[in-house]
Parts: sequence; C-alpha cells; structure tokens
Amino acid sequence: MTTTAHHIEPVAVAPKPTVGSHVRDYLGRVRGGDLGALPAVLGLIVLCVFFAIMRPVFFSAGNFANLFTQGAAITIIAMGLIFVLLLGEIDLSAGFASGVCAAVLAQLMAEQGSPWYVAMLAAIATGVVIGLVLGFLVAKVGIPSFVVTLAGFLAFQGTVLLLIKGGTNVSIRDDVILAIANKNIVPWLGWILTVIGVAGYAVVVLLSRRRRVARGLVTEPFAVAIGRIAALAVILGIAVFVLNQERSRNVVVVSLKGVPIVVPIIAALLIIWTFVLRRTAYGRHVYAVGGNREAARRAGINVDRIRISVFVICSGMAAIGGIVAASRANSVDANTGGSNVLLYAVGAAVIGGTSLFGGKGRVLDALLGGAVIAVIDNGMGLMGLSSGQKFVFTGVVLLLAAGVDALSRRRAAATGTR
Amino acid sequence: MSVTPLLEARGIDKRFGPVQVLKDVDFAVTPGEVTALVGDNGAGKSTLVKCISGIYPIDAGEFQFDGQPVTIHGPRDAAGLGIEVVYQDLALCDNLDIVQNMFLGREKRSGLVLDEPTMEQMAAETLAGLSVRTVKSLRQHVASLSGGQRQTVAIAKAVLWNSKLVILDEPTAALGVAQTAQVLELVRRLADKGLAVVLISHNMNDVFAVSDRIAALYLGQMVAQVKTTDVTHAQVVELITAGRSGDLGLPTEKIDSGVEYADTLTTPGAEQ
Ligand SMILES: Nc1ncnc2c1ncn2[C@@H]1O[C@H](COP(=O)(O)OP(=O)(O)OP(=O)(O)O)[C@@H](O)[C@H]1O
Ligand SMILES: [Mg+2]
Repeated sequence: MTTTAHHIEPVAVAPKPTVGSHVRDYLGRVRGGDLGALPAVLGLIVLCVFFAIMRPVFFSAGNFANLFTQGAAITIIAMGLIFVLLLGEIDLSAGFASGVCAAVLAQLMAEQGSPWYVAMLAAIATGVVIGLVLGFLVAKVGIPSFVVTLAGFLAFQGTVLLLIKGGTNVSIRDDVILAIANKNIVPWLGWILTVIGVAGYAVVVLLSRRRRVARGLVTEPFAVAIGRIAALAVILGIAVFVLNQERSRNVVVVSLKGVPIVVPIIAALLIIWTFVLRRTAYGRHVYAVGGNREAARRAGINVDRIRISVFVICSGMAAIGGIVAASRANSVDANTGGSNVLLYAVGAAVIGGTSLFGGKGRVLDALLGGAVIAVIDNGMGLMGLSSGQKFVFTGVVLLLAAGVDALSRRRAAATGTR
Repeated sequence: MSVTPLLEARGIDKRFGPVQVLKDVDFAVTPGEVTALVGDNGAGKSTLVKCISGIYPIDAGEFQFDGQPVTIHGPRDAAGLGIEVVYQDLALCDNLDIVQNMFLGREKRSGLVLDEPTMEQMAAETLAGLSVRTVKSLRQHVASLSGGQRQTVAIAKAVLWNSKLVILDEPTAALGVAQTAQVLELVRRLADKGLAVVLISHNMNDVFAVSDRIAALYLGQMVAQVKTTDVTHAQVVELITAGRSGDLGLPTEKIDSGVEYADTLTTPGAEQ
C-alpha cells in the first residue's frame, strides 16, 4: 500500500480516448517536434516511388529480395548502435569490430577447421569482449566514447589485416554460414512464421490492453489496437507474398523463391531487443541514464554498469552483423566492415528517428532507417551511378536526418515537450 | 526529549576540494515531527541532504538510524533504510513519463517483465492522494509538465514508498498558492502518521506553519536546533543571517560545537 492510501480518489484524467482523440494526440505530438517514424516512412515512400519511376525493375520481386540481403548487416549493426546512441554516446568502431569478428569466424573455419557453430560463438564472444573493453574505457576510465571508439576504429582495421594475414581474401565454404544471406526459407514456412508473428503480436496487444481495462486504466481504443494488428498483418502478408514469387531467371536450372533467411533472423533480433528495451527494468534504466544520468544515479541505478553493457550489446550485434556480411560476400577481406558500413549503420539509426543526443530511440528505427539506406544504395546502383555519386548522396541524406533530429529537438524544446 | 531520534548525524564534515561545505554538523530528526532545515543560500542544506541520502560520501562523522550506526554508501542504501528525498533539482528524467519516473530504479515486475498496470495504478492513487488533478495523462513525458507539476511528481515519487524519513529540499519553491498549501498539508500529514519529515525552505511562514523543530545552518555549521514554539521569526532570521541570536547559535568567542548543540537540543532556548 502507499503512504497516502487513506486518501484515495480517482485521478481526474482526460476523458476516455477515442480514435479521433488518438489521431489528434498523434498530430499534436508530431507538431510538437516528436516526429517518431514519420520522416523515415515518408522518405521511404518518396524514394521507392522515385526509383520505381526511374527504373521499373526496382519493383521486381528479385530486387525486393535484394534489398533485404543488402541492408541486413547494416540494420543489425544499427540495432546495436541504438543502445549506445540512447546513452548519448557513439561507437565509431562498430564497423571494423564487425570486420574483426567476421575475420575470427572465417579464420577459425578455414585454418582450424572449426564447425560453423564454434566459429560463430567465437565471433560473437569476440564482439562481447571488444564491447567490454570499450565500455570499461568509457565508463570506468572516463575517456570520451568518441575518442575510445575512434581509436578502436583504427586498431580494429589493423586487427582485421593481421587476422587475415594482410590483403588476402579468406573464403567461406561452410554451407550453414553461406545460407544465412544467400538462401531462402521454403514458402510455406514463410507463411507459418507470418501467422505466428501476427498472432503473437495480437496476443501481446490484446492481453496487455485487457489487463489495463481490468484495472480501470486509460486504454487505447479497441479500434486502434485492431488497426495496429491489421497493419502488421497487411505489411507482412504483402512482403511474404512478394518474396514467395519465383525470382529465378531460369527456373529449370535453379528455383529462387521464399523469404531470405536473414529476414526471420532480423525479426527475431528486433523482437528480442524491443522486448529488452521496452519491457524490462534494464531497458528502462538505459533510457533513464540517457535522459538524465544524475537522476538515474540518484535512483540507485548502477550507471557505469549500464554504460558498459550498451557497448557490449553494440559490439555483440556488430559481430552478428559481421557474420551476415561474411555470408553475403562468401568471404572476408580487408574491407569487411570497412568503407561505408559504420556510417550507413549510424545513418540508419538516425534516419529511423534515434536521437544523437541520447534518450530517444527504438530498435525499430534501425529497421526503418536500414530500409531507407538499402533503398538508396540499391536504387542508385540500378541507375548506374558511380560510387562517388552514391557517397555524396548518402552523406546528404545522413545530414538531412541529423538535421531533422536537431530541428525536432529545438521544436520540442520550444513547445516544452522535451 | 524522551523520543529517540530516527536519524542522528554526528560530526559530519564534507569538503569539495579546498572548500569545506559542512563543518562538524550534528543533526537529529525525530519520528512524528517535521524538522525544518533553514539557512542562507549556500549554507550547505542541500549538501547535508545529499550526504544523508548517500549521493556524496562524507569526510568525517557518523550516522545512526533507529539507534543503530549505519553507513550509507549510495542511494540504494538510503532507500533501503526508508529514506526518501525530493531533491531541489528534482532529478527527473525528461524522456520518461510520470509513472516511469516515479518507479525509476525500483520498478515493479512480474518475473522478468515490468508490471506496468500495477505501477500505473499505484502512481494514480498516490497522485490522487496529493490531489493532483492537472496532469492530462500519467503517460505523458515529464518534459511536458509545468514546474509545479514536475515538483508534484517528485514529491509523489518520495511518498510512494513506505518510507520512514522523507526529506524535501525546497518542495514549494515552484508551486502556486493552492499547491503550496497542499504540500504543506501533506508534510504535516506524513509527520502525523509517524514519519520523520525534514523540510528545507526559505519561507519563514511555511516553516512556522508546519514545523515542530527548526535546525539552522550557517556557513556549513549547525548553529541551533530548537523547538519551533520556543523561537520567534526574528530569532530564526538572525540565526540564518548572522549565525547567532541571543543565547542561541555560535558563541561570540569560539566555536565549541559539541557542547553547544547538545545544549540547544536538550534545553531549547525557552529560558530566554
Ligand atoms: N558538487 C559540488 N562541488 C563543489 N562545491 C559544491 C558542490 N555542491 C555544493 N557546493 C558548494 O557547497 C556550498 C553549499 O551548497 P548547498 O547546495 O548545500 O547550499 P544550500 O544551502 O542548499 O543553498 P540553497 O538555499 O541555495 O539551495 C555552496 O557554496 C556550493 O557552492
Ligand atoms: Mg539547496
């Protein structure tokens, strides 16, 4: 019981929300600078329409599947980065950390003949250790994360070279690892997973809604809850339907249809990390430390432990991203995790709506932003633009996203919603 | 006084680098009473509170809680003893909503998962107990609240738990007339329920309206801890600004703290 239990009165809150008030609330939030997923979704639509007009092949099933495998590694690395960004820190070494982990994977299989699961575990363990070291240097020693991870950026680039013994290219022959980014799941399994996913989401939404109704708490209108579930069902349904089309140019030689294996992997990571961030005390504490470190400390939260843990998650996810990248390239070389990987991953998080100032972001942002990045990269490839043009354009988009972030923050400060 | 103090601080020293902010401070709070902690800006009131709640380590001195010597190494230790603090700067996370802030660090869970409905309900009941009617939704971010609303959330956060000692550092500074009256009434109610309450305030009317005892800090030294009924407005103001008033406070010659405080505690300056 509470110390004021003798004085209970119903709290006077806003009248029961309706669909209309829900929409009004959302518009109010957007106007107040809390744009959420809006810029990413709008950007995605505009880009898709643009590329579809310029290059009709953009909308083919084959290209649609390409988007997933092209964006997978970036999206996974971005998911981990979001934890670091939530604290207002940065990890510039995530790209090459994924390269180091991929090199560990490749070399273990090539030189030691390790089975795929041993190599994979070793790669992820490498990521975790990297994260522990980075986090320790940031939280306990007190070096700014920008400097620590910039040093990591250089050192890991060198580590990749050392691991693959300079310039050579270590190819990957293991079927399981190769399947991750190159094979698809059989069409019927795709549908079963879709049904499980939608049903699971419906159960979570409706159950938590019922629990709130039972306690007499303010609840979102039933229609909105159903709308969410329906929206997920439609999006997943269309995606799986398209991916289950035959994509092979020559069906006699090889049949190519079904959801790429990376898609359920990304979905599982998305669900796990979203659960951790939104439904566990740990996730709550990550937001708290990102929002007001001193308040978190006074609430008895072990701030150092949280700060170290996000670097562990980030580097661990980078390892998984590195495995996916190695699978897609069939090999690991000096450039794995290099060139634009890190910038694309940071870009994905920011474009998706995660703030560089800390305290604001969702794991889903990585997916939305990763989709935007993949579409840009893919579309410009189809238009035959040079690498130079691609880099310039992606740089501009990243700047645009960071600008939207900064401006929406200013607007939120002005309207007092942040 | 026959009642043993709930919390007794003895000889607390605290320095920030070369600056000695607290000098040999003795401070006692009694259950069922409101102790007003007064002093000028920079006298060290907030610092004393933060030493009690384990945010700052102390350089010397000891704490006794319920007659037992205790060491408070961090906010968790303080909360474990039943000490709740409303900080002057409120210490709320702008990016979290009201419920999330109220339960920060002590979330209710069922298994691994946060038990949001229970937390929201408890938060609603506590806020209702504080007669808060102006917040639109418990799920709105604290950033969108007015100064007074933020203050109320911080207070609600402190009274949510079954605490034994509630310390409020200038809780009414940002409040309107009606809200101030409500907070003072709450302060009184908490003490009447048997809790020990420490109220820091610059407003002498508030201090005299609710407190049973007044402790005055002057430049980091505890110059007097007296019964409210034994002193006048003017005397308290003098203690705050000059560190002494008649027989109360610092002796003119030198600071012989230990004896002085024991005196003021046991024979509150009634005889003057
Ligand atoms: N973290 C710190 N580092 C260094 N000096 C500090 C720190 N915190 C407080 N001080 C100093 O300690 C002294 C006492 O500060 P404190 O905040 O306790 O005063 P206060 O009595 O609460 O004043 P107010 O009524 O203005 O809130 C001040 O001189 C202040 O400058
Ligand atoms: Mg103060």
